[in-house]
Amino acid sequence: MSRQRKNYEETKQYHFLQWLFGKEDYLNGHIEMKEEEEEEIIEDTAQFSDEVQRKRIYERLYNLDKNREMKFFNKIYAVVSVLFCLCFIGIMLLAVSYLPRFGEASNPDNNEVSERYIEKGQEETGAVNIVTGMILDYRAFDTFGESNVLFIAACCVTILLRTDYSKKSKEQKKILRAQNEDRNYEPKNDVILQKVAFFLVPLILIFGIYVILNGHLSPGGGFSGGAIMGAGLILYLNAYGFAKTERFFTSKTYKVITVGALSFYCLAKSYSFFTGANHLHSIISAGTPGKIISAGLILPLNICVGLVVTCTMYSFYALFRKGGY
Amino acid sequence: MEFVRNFPFFCIILSMFSGVVSSVLSGKNAKRLTFFSLTAILVMSFALLSHLMAAGESYTYMMGHFPAPWGNEIRAGVLEAFMAGFFSLIMILSLIGGLNHIREDVEETKVNLYFVLIDLLLSSLLALIYTNDLFTAYVFVEINTIAACGLIMIHTKGRTLLAAVRYMIFALLGSGLFLLGISTLYDLTGHLLMENMKESVAVLISKGEYGVPLLIVISFMSIGLAIKCALYPFHAWLPDAYGYSTASSSAILSSLVSKGYIFLLIKVFYRVIGFEIIAESKILNILFLFGVAGMIMGSISAMKENDIRRMIAFSSVAQIGYIFMGIGLGTEAGIIASLFHILSHAATKSLLFIAGVGLTDASGKKKDFASLRGAGYRNKVAGVAFTIGSLSMVGMPMFSGFISKFLFSTASLSAVPAKTLLTLISLAVSTILNAVYFLRLTIFLYTPVEGNHGAKMEWKTQKKFSLALGCFVAVNLVLGLFSQPIVNIIETGLKMFG
Repeated sequence: MSRQRKNYEETKQYHFLQWLFGKEDYLNGHIEMKEEEEEEIIEDTAQFSDEVQRKRIYERLYNLDKNREMKFFNKIYAVVSVLFCLCFIGIMLLAVSYLPRFGEASNPDNNEVSERYIEKGQEETGAVNIVTGMILDYRAFDTFGESNVLFIAACCVTILLRTDYSKKSKEQKKILRAQNEDRNYEPKNDVILQKVAFFLVPLILIFGIYVILNGHLSPGGGFSGGAIMGAGLILYLNAYGFAKTERFFTSKTYKVITVGALSFYCLAKSYSFFTGANHLHSIISAGTPGKIISAGLILPLNICVGLVVTCTMYSFYALFRKGGY
Repeated sequence: MEFVRNFPFFCIILSMFSGVVSSVLSGKNAKRLTFFSLTAILVMSFALLSHLMAAGESYTYMMGHFPAPWGNEIRAGVLEAFMAGFFSLIMILSLIGGLNHIREDVEETKVNLYFVLIDLLLSSLLALIYTNDLFTAYVFVEINTIAACGLIMIHTKGRTLLAAVRYMIFALLGSGLFLLGISTLYDLTGHLLMENMKESVAVLISKGEYGVPLLIVISFMSIGLAIKCALYPFHAWLPDAYGYSTASSSAILSSLVSKGYIFLLIKVFYRVIGFEIIAESKILNILFLFGVAGMIMGSISAMKENDIRRMIAFSSVAQIGYIFMGIGLGTEAGIIASLFHILSHAATKSLLFIAGVGLTDASGKKKDFASLRGAGYRNKVAGVAFTIGSLSMVGMPMFSGFISKFLFSTASLSAVPAKTLLTLISLAVSTILNAVYFLRLTIFLYTPVEGNHGAKMEWKTQKKFSLALGCFVAVNLVLGLFSQPIVNIIETGLKMFG
């Protein structure tokens, strides 16, 4: 009898059923787990009673079976929000129906502004790709603002998600660890993913670099190239894990690259703005359009923007994944 | 070109650069750098102001090698320089007043990020003040929104996360409407530079073309910016955001962030659409009604509160109502009164937030009125400052609040009779309501507690705090006692606008 049961426990059917009913976790032993430090849990009684009280209040407020006003409000809310959206869509469609027809030559936006961009753009900025010429030379101040939007967004995500264990008491650490439990699990290295990443990551990174460096010659530039490179780094991280990525990309690298790039952008453009506004001679020349080293500041600025975008994308991923990079 | 004319550009770039550099510094050094750049900006702005007052004209400044419709451009006049200087002054004082709390509320490793947010917020405010191009304005509105959101949530206790999410949703709705307005207007005029847009809009109006889309543009821009500065029906995000963030953040958010958007709105009215066209359209009446409703409803909500911070926050709703009521009058005097109230409210509200936090500190960090009983004896400086702030809010003579109420009521006399009547009545009602809730709290602060009043605050920890409060009171008195020169500056600045 007992022998028979032992056999049964080894069959796949048994394991499958166990897994199906949630009694066995297939991932056990197949996933990397950080050893949790054994620490005593000291219950904060004040916080505990607060929690209980809050739960009671929430139950009374949000239990829809008991709170009929809430139920009524929710229904009205849904109806009104749908009506509001429909109304808004109506106003937008009305506005669009009155706007000038798309793509007609007599439209107001076909004026001297776009004319000069198209006709003289290449000559004045040295960039074959006039879109790049516009965003990084004619309207470089806006683009500097844009890259600062990225920077400040990364700062805010850092504030929200980075967990600092260093200067905290043991209890706080314990609570933090418990909150971040998910982050202690790291998928074990997957062979298929690693082999694919082994071929793809260098290609993706090189393609990203190509897109950034040719921003002034062909479609592309800092924003798109940076996004490609960031994706490459994230793929590498997924395949090989943090331990290997941190050999070449740590929080220090992130800081040095981002601050270096933004500072260079800031200083270089300040020089250009200052000379431009005061009608001084600038040492930056447009060069021969079509050459890789041409178009004055556009190429270095594209590299800066690309680096900032790459770092931002990677840091977002790392922050969401484990609260640090 | 004189060297002093480079200053607006220096101010914007300096604050952005110190923001970028602060992100790698330690908290202490980031603080030093921020205070250095803030002081430099203050000095430069007032130097520029004195230069422009002497020159008597505004000028445009090319950002780069290409002239305006092609490249970016900023523009500086008397009003812009004055606003920039005043905003940086209020920011310095709010930071000094709340320094202790930044240390407590913000994690030690993230203090430098707090100053990054402050620097970039200031740069965006400066850019909103100086910009002459609507798209540049939009880019910096984005920075402003994200920085403000960060300032709310960096204190990760209480309801700040919820408040930040709510703020984000409202603010993004506002930015979205503003962006829709800009892009539709670009489609109609083909320009982003303010002067050229105004010319094309004038041509369109005289020809009678595109009336409907123009009206939609005007309403989208006004409502979008009104949402972002918490005009009455759109104020749901405000009490939590101001009530639970760290003291400096509350002071800066209420006194500067919303004011930057109002300044942008006035700029759009004057320099993009043209004030006559705005005055003819019905949108001003709507803003007027919202403003009047805000004055009353904000005060009523504040009366119901039993939490000092949330009460001050709701009072902001009422004050934003005043400003929009002034804009809604549709006269130049109304705009001048609104601009003066921007200054007066900025000086008073930040004073109240900073003094309020001093009082709650003296009462064991409790914010309800019962615990605050006798707090005026425990922290004397904060008590006196809070009383002065309350009196200014109510509109006692000598303080800035009186002057702005006076300006509003005189401005209303030249408006349409119905508006005059409504303005005067609502001013009277709102003043009484203000008195009810502010003076009730002040009486609480000075109600003696049985026995001793509890531990007095130690002077040692209060030096910087008291210094900041003293400066705030001084600014308030200057605005209240020497208002004529400031009104003159606003008047000449507005003339340069048109």
